[in-house]
Amino acid sequence: MTAPRTLYDKIWDDHVVHQAEDGTCLLYIDRHLVHEVTSPQAFEGLRMTGRKVRAPEKTIAVPDHNVPTTAGRDTHIDNEESRIQVEALDKNARDFGINYYPVSDIRQGIVHIVGPEQGWTLPGMTVVCGDSHTATHGAFGSLAHGIGTSEVEHVLATQTLIQKKSKNMKVEITGKLRPGVTAKDITLSVIGATGTAGGTGYVIEYCGEAIRDLSMEGRMTVCNMAIEGGARAGLIAPDEKTFEYIKGRPHAPKGAAWEAAMTYWKSLFTDEGAHFDKVVVLKGEDIAPVVTWGTSPEDVLPITGTVPAPEDFTGGKVEAARRSLEYMGLTPGMKLSDIKIDTVFIGSCTNGRIEDLRAAAAILKGKKIKPGMRAMVVPGSGLVRAQAEEEGLAQIFIDAGFEWRLAGCSMCLAMNPDQLSPGERCAATSNRNFEGRQGRGGRTHLLSPAMAAAAAVTGHLTDVREMMAETV
Amino acid sequence: MDKFTTLTGVAAPMPLVNIDTDMIIPKQFLKTIQRSGLGKNLFDEMRYTQDGAEIADFVLNQPAYRKAEIIVAGDNFGCGSSREHAPWALLDFGIRCVISTSFADIFFNNCFKNGILPIVMPQEVVEVLMEDAKKGENARMTVDLEAQTVTTSDGQSFGFEVDPFRKHCLLNGLDDIGLTLEKVASIDTFEAKANLLRPWV
Repeated sequence: MTAPRTLYDKIWDDHVVHQAEDGTCLLYIDRHLVHEVTSPQAFEGLRMTGRKVRAPEKTIAVPDHNVPTTAGRDTHIDNEESRIQVEALDKNARDFGINYYPVSDIRQGIVHIVGPEQGWTLPGMTVVCGDSHTATHGAFGSLAHGIGTSEVEHVLATQTLIQKKSKNMKVEITGKLRPGVTAKDITLSVIGATGTAGGTGYVIEYCGEAIRDLSMEGRMTVCNMAIEGGARAGLIAPDEKTFEYIKGRPHAPKGAAWEAAMTYWKSLFTDEGAHFDKVVVLKGEDIAPVVTWGTSPEDVLPITGTVPAPEDFTGGKVEAARRSLEYMGLTPGMKLSDIKIDTVFIGSCTNGRIEDLRAAAAILKGKKIKPGMRAMVVPGSGLVRAQAEEEGLAQIFIDAGFEWRLAGCSMCLAMNPDQLSPGERCAATSNRNFEGRQGRGGRTHLLSPAMAAAAAVTGHLTDVREMMAETV
Repeated sequence: MDKFTTLTGVAAPMPLVNIDTDMIIPKQFLKTIQRSGLGKNLFDEMRYTQDGAEIADFVLNQPAYRKAEIIVAGDNFGCGSSREHAPWALLDFGIRCVISTSFADIFFNNCFKNGILPIVMPQEVVEVLMEDAKKGENARMTVDLEAQTVTTSDGQSFGFEVDPFRKHCLLNGLDDIGLTLEKVASIDTFEAKANLLRPWV
């Protein structure tokens, strides 16, 4: 009898092409997602060496990082460097015969939203992309992680990666979440508890009742930020919700292939007694709606808290906190709910899916954003956008005073024209609050879509539960 | 990729923890379709004011560290985005080695692909190296990959661990893709087997 294995062990074992004596493995890659920013040098490398893409049918490209989110982008992109990158992806997709969703295609969107939406992402697969938020796909029980451009070239040429196995880490969220608490609050709270290096060297499996209770959208939000906790990947074992989500998607298996796949997928769980090298347990009922106050995703506190002082920390974090507070323009002791904001961004691969837009719209219905507030919704894909229009969500956002944009990464990393100016302060549903992330000198507070909507209305960081009480 | 054997050079102290890849190379420089030329924008927003003037007290702007080849950094260096532009920018500036207590996973991998050696050392050793780095341009540190040692300007020597395969590639300047393509028969065999076991993939 074989020893009990974790979900990660099982997926890993099924993809080892070759193992060297020192444990270095060649791992087979089932899906390779590609975008315009981290791929041009990789394709150029192939051209220079006369190499081909080994498995173009398993390679999927979509421009997302620096595309404008305003009308007319399918005919012209003003920023020349952005235009060159998008044109390079057009050409590379054509020359190498890979699957492609150009900006003119309604299926275009953020690569990590498009993959699952089109059924490219399936349980038990290995999925890579030249983007750290590839961890998103782990929500399907696929081993998914970001890689650099040299590795993009390696996967294009060989459909494999040279890897050493990570250790196993379990993050269990027990019990039920309280009202107003979402997947974003779970994932931020985990990072708050473990720190941004807490997962370094590990692959995390998220489990427990609160994780099981999440929709697929919520699970993607949780896994998306595994990288912010330092982990190589985040995983959730597939279940009926997963299968239900996948069924009927364009690239999902059909007929007999579906039945065969289901038999395999149902074997994808951690065996009783399997070993985890590290275990973290949080109680679902203890998790509150949270916001970040600093410039690292680990700087997380419940919205009911106050801005900490550098002296509250130890080691190198004292100086880092001092620097963060200065950058963020915050004073220790002030209430987080007193922090005034001027910009709201709802979108990104963390929170740009239909459920996120529904949660924000539920708060905004019949309300207006604070006068002077700049607020935008950037749906994660053209299809999410269309669905939100069909459900009447778009009109709620527009009536409230939000800009209703086209799909892309947008202000999450501000490579396109959607940026903060120095000193501007943004409530953002994205994943990073680093210095300059949303624009030089811009200040970012990470939170859930419902919390972002609440802040747009009041003009300051707000406990969404107060607004929910009002609505009821 | 250039070989990495031994390196003797000035080390710049950067004790800040969680130096992320957005700091190392901000997103506006990711629009290039080349690997070269990023060194002038390394740490751009820490190094220059909004109008492009040098910020005098930033370490790499100080006369002693303008030609640094090593960085001694705080915990969790290179966290955040997977952008390989970060090691490209370091390399283009002239940095061949970064020493810290810990590195983010993707950045760590990316370094080895570009002839940069990231070294993990315990906290107490990083503190000694940090103090040595603060001595400036006359204090040159030596990194010997073959012997797996870092030696301070006053002769204190510390051993470090490195993955044998990665060491081999760095010492010889080897291209990963070329090595993997030598195993193409194994990939073919795996693919044929996987097509039978999981035909829906």
